[in-house]
Amino acid sequence: MTPILVLDTVSVKLPEGADRSHAMSDVTLSVAANEILCVVGESGSGKSMTANAIMRLLPGGVAIDGGRILFEGRDLAGVSEAEMRKVRGAGIAMIFQEPMTALNPLRTIGDQIAEMFEIHTDLSKREIATRVLALLEEVRIPDPALAIKAYPHELSGGQRQRAMIAMALALDPRVLIADEPTTALDVTTQAQILELIRDLQKRKGTAVLFITHDFGVVAEIADRVAVMSQGRVVEQGVASAVLENPQHAYTRQLIAAVPPLKAPPPRPLGTEPILTIDHVSKTYRTGGFLGRGQRVTHAVKDVSLVLPKGGTLGIVGESGSGKSTLARCLVRLIDPESGEIRLNGRDLACLTREEMRAETRHIQMVFQDPFASLNPRRKAGELVAQGLIVHGTARSEALARAKELFALVGLDPAATDRYPHEFSGGQRQRIGLARALALEPDVLVADEPVSALDVSVQAQVLKLLAELRQRLGLSIVFITHDLRVAAQVCDLVAVMKSGEMVEAGPIGEVFGNPQHAYTQALLASIPGRDFGLRRQAEVA
Amino acid sequence: MRVLALAGRRLAASIPTLFLILIGVFLLLQFAPGDTVDAMMAQMGGGDATTARQLREFYGLDLSLGAQLANYLWRLVRLDLGFSAIYGKPVATVIAERLPATLLLMTAALSLAFFFGLILGVVAARGVNKWQDTLISTLGLVFYAMPTFWFGLMAIIVFAIYLQWLPAGGFEDITVGLTGLARTLDIIRHLVLPTLTLGLFYMAIYLRIMRGSMLEVLNLDFVRTARAKGMDETRVVVRHVLRNALLPMVTLIGLQAGTMLGGSVVVESVFSLPGLGRLAYESVIQRDLNTLLGIVFVSALLVIAVNFIVDLLYARLDPRITAGR
Repeated sequence: MTPILVLDTVSVKLPEGADRSHAMSDVTLSVAANEILCVVGESGSGKSMTANAIMRLLPGGVAIDGGRILFEGRDLAGVSEAEMRKVRGAGIAMIFQEPMTALNPLRTIGDQIAEMFEIHTDLSKREIATRVLALLEEVRIPDPALAIKAYPHELSGGQRQRAMIAMALALDPRVLIADEPTTALDVTTQAQILELIRDLQKRKGTAVLFITHDFGVVAEIADRVAVMSQGRVVEQGVASAVLENPQHAYTRQLIAAVPPLKAPPPRPLGTEPILTIDHVSKTYRTGGFLGRGQRVTHAVKDVSLVLPKGGTLGIVGESGSGKSTLARCLVRLIDPESGEIRLNGRDLACLTREEMRAETRHIQMVFQDPFASLNPRRKAGELVAQGLIVHGTARSEALARAKELFALVGLDPAATDRYPHEFSGGQRQRIGLARALALEPDVLVADEPVSALDVSVQAQVLKLLAELRQRLGLSIVFITHDLRVAAQVCDLVAVMKSGEMVEAGPIGEVFGNPQHAYTQALLASIPGRDFGLRRQAEVA
Repeated sequence: MRVLALAGRRLAASIPTLFLILIGVFLLLQFAPGDTVDAMMAQMGGGDATTARQLREFYGLDLSLGAQLANYLWRLVRLDLGFSAIYGKPVATVIAERLPATLLLMTAALSLAFFFGLILGVVAARGVNKWQDTLISTLGLVFYAMPTFWFGLMAIIVFAIYLQWLPAGGFEDITVGLTGLARTLDIIRHLVLPTLTLGLFYMAIYLRIMRGSMLEVLNLDFVRTARAKGMDETRVVVRHVLRNALLPMVTLIGLQAGTMLGGSVVVESVFSLPGLGRLAYESVIQRDLNTLLGIVFVSALLVIAVNFIVDLLYARLDPRITAGR
């Protein structure tokens, strides 16, 4: 097979003052027709920059400063901007990560797809309309005739991504670049979109450059893999060879960091409950005037769970399943409507605001986004000490304690004087942990604590969490959408769907032998499931 | 349908606003010393207490505060604005005479500000940190920082007195009695300077807003999608950026309609235009409560109407806005 797109020792220069001089150095890659090349790497590895360099859509101050980008034998790095515009969309099309923001919110889906034809062809309006409808049918959007007239906000994430794919494939491009197209989607939707991409690629013989950070996705769809780190390709080869027998140390480390899907043998657990969730419900009502036309959303519906002392209870589910609402109810950031939440025998749900503030000593929360959940204007040490100060500890003593906590979570105690933006994502999540642990809580509620982190950092934070659980005798409620992560840290798991708990039990049993149809579907949707299980066999 | 439902809701919501404004102004004026009769007596050169009492009885000023307010509101419901004792005409007639000048001035100034604010904002954003941007931003700052009355006076000195291109004031030339097209052209000539004076200040604001929101929208993901489709920059701006960037500007217009009405008082005074702003000022001085309340009523209607149109426009521009939520 002759490659359609070849990157020959391409380098991309970053502006002065960046953390490294080149976003990409001597990157050599090639994709042939009818082939999916996965470019894998962690954030900052230069994988998205590769896509932007091929399209010549680099941000200001960033420029290609070496090498050739050959598309059908022509060097794209050298052609004029007008020539390049003819290639974009028609020759090389692109799908982006965020289907939410990658479509113009003010124009209809049909209009935005039709634009592809308007730019590159002379087709009549009617012909374009027929083509758009055919495209939407091809990507299997439900009710294509309606979808044409729909605005992006009226579609779900998966449907939006289908529309994006329809748009990208409108002119049958030779090359499709997909930049993390499924990262923002739920696992079941992700499985469908991956299947769609592979299916269309097979049928049309498109060359696909698929950028991802997820080895599961790689195992699912890649023919060949290129692993990037620090702007360089460190390893490249046939997918099975790279996954089964990685040569480069970095690849090995990355693959080892992917949590296997099978749970480790169960730990012995006491039966004494520390936190009991008893028939908790929370309903949201929106709109309507005097009760007319009101829309009722059951965010959490009659959920009952028990967390034994020292155990970790995982709550898994897709977006909109109510898992985060439940977590917030536990610490009373949201007031549950009915039901009891008993912590050490005391019902938190009926406490007054004042009493609850005192009770927060015993139950603390860690949030998902380590970038947004720390006040950027306050020093990290102060953020950690704040809880102690509020609960009556002297300031100097609290700050000293913050230093100890920094050491506890594996940060340099001298770093308490720094501001949150001076830390990396993983370090910030450690600060978040230190903050939650400052009051020595009995129960830690962790809402997606590792989902914003790179896989190797994620592994470190999970290890830290396991250590702390052991050392401090913590009980943890762990909210996640990632079943691999859940399998590694949880003793018990509850699966939620549309506010209801559909299945709960010891993790080994639920994941090993799922009873509910939804749990089965969820487990079947995990990309590269076989890869995970095979690896499990190797580890064992 | 969606837009109509929204329109209905907004209209219903504006009625209480209107009444609150009217009651507020009515009460506020009661706190000011003196009333219409005092002002009239002063004009007549004084009079005895009996005449004053009779006049008060005639105008219903001897009633209790509540009764006066109720009377006024009841008349308003029947769209009767009352009688101006100072001008000796129904208030509605007085206002109707003055309204066209103000409406014309406001519409012209707003259109000027919106149109050139938009264009200059786009040009500045396209050439951000280049000479176009620097030039436009500096000009904007100059117009924004200059007091309106001073700008008006300087315009009169330069264009009316020194160059003698344009008339120094007034709404039209009343000495010749023009009709038809000639009259229209005459009015336009008279309004050029007032429009520039009022409009350039708002243009400076709009151009800054437009520049800012353009820069913001240009960085959004869907603009990258549009570029990846192979669109050229001009098309990207016209088809994808502009409408998104317009949203904050449209909001601002609704908010500033009221401010602009206030600003027209100064401009009307400088250019001696027979407009609503000057009428309001004169009514306050003469304690002409009926006329003043009439003006407040009409101005409130005007502002509500502008906001209503802006709301509809906004809903038309942004499909995410619905009547339900």
